[in-house]
Amino acid sequence: MDIKFSEDQVEILRQARRFCENEMPMTYVRTMFEDERGFTDEVWSKMVEIGWTAMLLPEAYGGLGMELLDMSIVLEELGRAVSPGPLFSTVLLGASAIAEAGSDAQKQRYLPAVAEGTMRGTLALHEPGSGADPGYIMMEAMRDGDGFIVSGTKLFVPDAHVSDFIVCAVRTEKGGDPSKSITLLLIDAKTPGLMISLLPTMDGTRKLCAVEFKNVSVGKDAMLGEMNRGWGPLRKVMQKAQVGLCAECVGGAEKAMEFATEYAKVRVQFDQPIGSFQAIKHRCAQMYVDVESARSLLYWASWAQDHGDANEAAIAASAAKVYCTEVYRNVSASAIQVLGGTGFSWEHDIHFYLKRAKANEVALGDLAYHREQVIGLVAQ
Amino acid sequence: MDYRFTPEQEAFRKGFVSWLGNNLPEEWSPNRLRNYHTTEAWADAYKRFQKRLFDAGYAAMHYPKEYGGQGKSLMDEVIVLQTIANTCIELRMPGVVTLGMAVPTIATCGNEEQKKEFLPRIFDGTHIWCQGFSEPNAGSDVANCATRAVRQNGHYILDGQKTWTSFAHMSDYCILLVRTDPGVAKHKGLSYLLVDMKTKGIEIRPMTQITGEAEFNEVFFDNVKVPLEMRVGQEGQGWMIAITTLMFERTVGDATMAAAYEKNIEKMLEMAKTTMRSGKLVIDDPVFRQQLAQACIDVMVLKYHGLRSLSKQLQGGIPGPEGSIGKLLWSEPNQRISDAVLSMQGPNSQVLRGTPWSIQDGHWQYGFLRAKGNTIEAGTSEIQRNIIGERCLNLPKDVSRVARQK
Repeated sequence: MDIKFSEDQVEILRQARRFCENEMPMTYVRTMFEDERGFTDEVWSKMVEIGWTAMLLPEAYGGLGMELLDMSIVLEELGRAVSPGPLFSTVLLGASAIAEAGSDAQKQRYLPAVAEGTMRGTLALHEPGSGADPGYIMMEAMRDGDGFIVSGTKLFVPDAHVSDFIVCAVRTEKGGDPSKSITLLLIDAKTPGLMISLLPTMDGTRKLCAVEFKNVSVGKDAMLGEMNRGWGPLRKVMQKAQVGLCAECVGGAEKAMEFATEYAKVRVQFDQPIGSFQAIKHRCAQMYVDVESARSLLYWASWAQDHGDANEAAIAASAAKVYCTEVYRNVSASAIQVLGGTGFSWEHDIHFYLKRAKANEVALGDLAYHREQVIGLVAQ
Repeated sequence: MDYRFTPEQEAFRKGFVSWLGNNLPEEWSPNRLRNYHTTEAWADAYKRFQKRLFDAGYAAMHYPKEYGGQGKSLMDEVIVLQTIANTCIELRMPGVVTLGMAVPTIATCGNEEQKKEFLPRIFDGTHIWCQGFSEPNAGSDVANCATRAVRQNGHYILDGQKTWTSFAHMSDYCILLVRTDPGVAKHKGLSYLLVDMKTKGIEIRPMTQITGEAEFNEVFFDNVKVPLEMRVGQEGQGWMIAITTLMFERTVGDATMAAAYEKNIEKMLEMAKTTMRSGKLVIDDPVFRQQLAQACIDVMVLKYHGLRSLSKQLQGGIPGPEGSIGKLLWSEPNQRISDAVLSMQGPNSQVLRGTPWSIQDGHWQYGFLRAKGNTIEAGTSEIQRNIIGERCLNLPKDVSRVARQK
């Protein structure tokens, strides 16, 4: 048992912290919050240069073949900076699905381009009736010769408006068992009949889209993996992405805690710093407990995706998704209370953290969904 | 990063699990809430069990051989403790203060004679120790300790009272915090003594607690003579030594606690799969499933946070104020979990052990009440949050406390 970063990982952390401070200060976040596209080409190309688009991809396809824990270190820093932009959707959703389920030809065509930053992609799961259940996939794809015709609506697709490809989960067989009825389709975002519109959401730092499919026709080569067998690889992709969200949550929660504690040391009321009052001190102490314990769960969940068995990986991802997103929500909300009127203002940056926390809470399965996953796995 | 045991550790673990399976006391059953109904029987069971561990080479794995240990690693000790916690924690309980507090204090701060005199007889199960810190007017404010120790002819003469002293009624010795200098700031005038509980002038009165049992005691000292060489460290260092003791209590304790809680989760799931409500099993109720899941998650947090702290200590780190996190992570969830489980049992949750309507021999009824002590003993939740706020986050002390310490 050895639970500490390697020297390389310490360096990844240092580099990511520096990058975020230099390239993504809050002035950038504020501008991108209002911007439709949500990122600049300049910052994107610098992220590519530093290797973040390539980290998780296999070396055979232009990637760096690193582990999820390495990526989590970067995502923790990005969360700390409430970084906007399509890195998460491209790396942990779109490209991850191709790496998990794609044929050699599909991987050759897409993954090196993702690694080089010339292509971006995302994953379309949620539908109008699915609530927080990412496995509730009812949009049908009809066989049409060798290919498919797809009609229906996908919601809350991150960064679809700036994506070159969309991996879309569709139902290709009637019946309840998702493991025998879901297929993944790899669809070019410019395919005729596909309409993408930006949803006005609370968290402007992560853009979410509605994607409407009107008789979209795709060929046989669009099929990612086997017919009706999309659920297995999809679950693995989602688990890693859920852990990725947890990393963002830990980084964001830590920054929110720092906002609160730094303020509590300098804000004077009743002739003393408010941090000396136990009502404030204990609130801050609870933030520290939450952040550090969430980090402990995050490291295990990250490690388990690459080294645990399938059961451990699934339990860890869901347990962490519940705990870390709840911690982020609680800590960012509590920080607003410590900051008082300042925390309620648009001028202070804390509100971006609360908004990202609420977005991460419901992304890729909410608290109730993941608790149900945990109990289903441990009590089977 | 790696969360697995090495092959050698895994082999050691398997060996110990199988040894333990063959060496549990004959009278002991995992299905009874309590196997020992008198203090004497419980203390005796602990001592016999500890002797068996010692004889088989499983006691004090990480302590040097010259003090009765095995000269192996802390990880081996943790493996032994986790296995015991997951199997038969009842047999360990009377030794928790002895092994978790007296041992690290004597080993870290004691002199050579004290280590040779006391450690081997703890490790082989001969002696049980208790800890005399709390007093009627020194609860969370431990440094307010008023029990006096006055030097007289090569001895200290003790007068005063300790309270909430766990296992004092079955103890042979006590680690004791006393005031040797009332003329200096309160935390500077304390000293740390090792006291034979059979010394003339010591009176022990068991206190019945919320569960109806007497695990704690009041201990009165009336003109009690303790030789000067029974002091640990220098006169006036008592506070610092007490703090060290408290920190050591944490890391290994938390790693062990997680194993005990995992056993509790097993019991909880077994209860949910066998307890009916409105003709339906608890495990099939969607609301309770959420609560069961949250209990599982809370225990995972305790486990993986504990492993992270332990790993830091294994790599040579000294346990620090962040140990307070671990205390909060086991004490508060234990209350939430036992409370939730009682709610799942409906009106049956009121029934104590020993009836056809009792659930799991009253395990959760006892657990619910006992858990109320968890956020008070070994430093209240409020004290833990003060420690975290002031030492981990560097928040200022409150003005009245600063003024009093000047």
